[in-house]
Amino acid sequence: MTDFVRPKMTAAPEHAPKMAEVTFRDRIAPHMPILLVPLIAIAGFIAIQNPSSWLTLTVSGLAMGMMIFIMASGLTLVFGLMDVINFGHGAFVSVGAFIGISVLMLLGHMTEAPSLMLNLGAILLAVIGAMLATGLMGWAFEKVIVEPVYGHHLKQILVTMGGLIVVEQLIIVLWGPEEIYILRPEALKGAITFAGAAIEKYRLVAVGVGLVVFLAMRWVLRRTKIGLIVRAGVENGEMVQALGYRLRLVFVGVFIAGSALAGLGGVMWGLYQEVITAHMGNHAMILIFIVVIIGGLGSVEGCFIGALLVGLLQNYIAFIEPKAALISNIALMVTILMWRPMGMIPVVKAK
Amino acid sequence: MIRSLLSGDTPRSLPLALLLGGILICLALAPFLFPGVRTVDTAARICVFIVLVASYDLLLGYGGIVSFAHTMFFGIGAYGVALASTHMGRGFDAIAFGAVAGALLAAALALVIGLFSLRVRAIFFAMITLAVASAVAVLVSQLSGLTGGEDGLTFKTPRELGPAFKFGKEAFDGTLFGVKLNGKLLAYYFVFLGALVLFLGLLRVVNSPFGRVLQAIRENDFRAEAIGYRVVYYRVAATCLSAAIAALAGSLYAVWLRYVGPDTSLSMEIMIDILLMVVIGGMGTMYGAVIGATLFVLAQNYLQNLMGAAAELTSALPLLPELLNADRWLLWLGVLFILSVYFFPTGIVGRLRNSG
Repeated sequence: MTDFVRPKMTAAPEHAPKMAEVTFRDRIAPHMPILLVPLIAIAGFIAIQNPSSWLTLTVSGLAMGMMIFIMASGLTLVFGLMDVINFGHGAFVSVGAFIGISVLMLLGHMTEAPSLMLNLGAILLAVIGAMLATGLMGWAFEKVIVEPVYGHHLKQILVTMGGLIVVEQLIIVLWGPEEIYILRPEALKGAITFAGAAIEKYRLVAVGVGLVVFLAMRWVLRRTKIGLIVRAGVENGEMVQALGYRLRLVFVGVFIAGSALAGLGGVMWGLYQEVITAHMGNHAMILIFIVVIIGGLGSVEGCFIGALLVGLLQNYIAFIEPKAALISNIALMVTILMWRPMGMIPVVKAK
Repeated sequence: MIRSLLSGDTPRSLPLALLLGGILICLALAPFLFPGVRTVDTAARICVFIVLVASYDLLLGYGGIVSFAHTMFFGIGAYGVALASTHMGRGFDAIAFGAVAGALLAAALALVIGLFSLRVRAIFFAMITLAVASAVAVLVSQLSGLTGGEDGLTFKTPRELGPAFKFGKEAFDGTLFGVKLNGKLLAYYFVFLGALVLFLGLLRVVNSPFGRVLQAIRENDFRAEAIGYRVVYYRVAATCLSAAIAALAGSLYAVWLRYVGPDTSLSMEIMIDILLMVVIGGMGTMYGAVIGATLFVLAQNYLQNLMGAAAELTSALPLLPELLNADRWLLWLGVLFILSVYFFPTGIVGRLRNSG
């Protein structure tokens, strides 16, 4: 028996395991999109150098952003849930505006009275009318135009574009080809002065409505059963169906809700511009698409942040160099896509 | 001979071949068969739109990519010729320079848009082109110092292409079969031959290995990628090529009209017309562009009158005259468009080929 030479025991090398330090960059990355909004506001402040005009522009940028968000949110959810891209979404904006404004005109006695409550009541009625009409229309649109072309992007784009043309022309048939000028309700005319800045009252209302819609939508999506199903459906539709939920029904519901929101956005947009035309939805579509793309197709939060960015940037640029305003949106989109090719908050599909 | 001119892609159906032959003969002899300012103008429009629609079909029918910026590329070519002719003086060198510069600019722009959107998903492309195209349209109408704004630009083409230029005085006494031999006739043949060459070139492209790969990508991009083709590369290349040819078509149109403006070259309405022509003629067949463009331009020119007449006939009824008003032309086109995408996805050419 040979001597077994025991190796000399040595202590394990000094080793203190430590987690790799998370860099500041990595920690801030998930919050970067939302931080962009104040960053742009600060950049605008530096570029404009006049606090009162900056405040005016910021409020109007926020108002514009909120309205774009209201119009765009339905589109992005519909895409996330069923992979359906609706180029006809702008039609709901136009129809909503025309129906809402027609209701407002019928309620002339309420809008001309100098009482804020009566005015807001009239707007509420107009909004309800517009949302009912566009919701119904969305249901019909889904049944007639979208349903036969599920899962076929090319045909979806073509057919929904055709639907947009038809609806636009029908508006012209029903309301005439001229643009309609409108007056805002009495109590929402004019501006209030705050810290030397003139802020239009209507814009404050728009910001308020936008925030309420965003928070309500977030609440529904995060806290309710139906929101849970929708979010699960966006992530993995097949699994949700396998668990026994009729995703198709949920989808129709989301489509209707999205159309109704587009109608609401249309009424507000019309009151903001103080003029409505049959093509306004088509024009709004351009901003809506930019917002939806930079936000990340399918993401409501991304859509909200994107809308605010577009609204703020467009207002600042329009103040500094009016001709560059439209190009600024394209430039914003290009920059964001270079940074995050799928949009700011890409939707992760578990497939 | 004919086979190789058509790049081996024959009509493969007797009625289709007859129809195409008829269109070719009518267009080739249009100034003699249908003398008249309006009819020749219609024929020239058909020639230009055949090329424009065929180049769009390369993208939509062969590549499976939807673009809404095709009128933008068309407009770039048209404005290229107009600006070159305005600033360099009338002459063929100005036309050539403007056309080449326009085509290069269009291709470069398509490259940028394509790289940004097509590497992520093809659907981005449709949305981004829509946004960019409308921004460009607004920009063109705002930069009125350069582009003439909403009024557009009127410019002079070489003297040889204008109605004041007469030729053949000695040989034919200035007329041939009763048609005056002047520069307008030459301009028509300039447009016609340019369109013919571009169309045959496109036919060559789609029947080349490149075209086959594009079709493979359209059918199943995942599989094409797996076989080893770089999908993004092919899609971007198709976009650039299609943009350049659209710009050349725009140049031809500018030479014919001697005018460019947002309404004739950049408007969304033309984009919708192009979409309709492709779908009605038949996606994914170059011949569809010929049939679609011909039918559509003819219908546009002559059916609108018919609609006006129908509106007058029904003027006693409610709403119907409104719907039949000639201005509501687009409404019926939209309906027709949706119906043809549903029930007629292969278009006229597809139907003729299947039946024969």
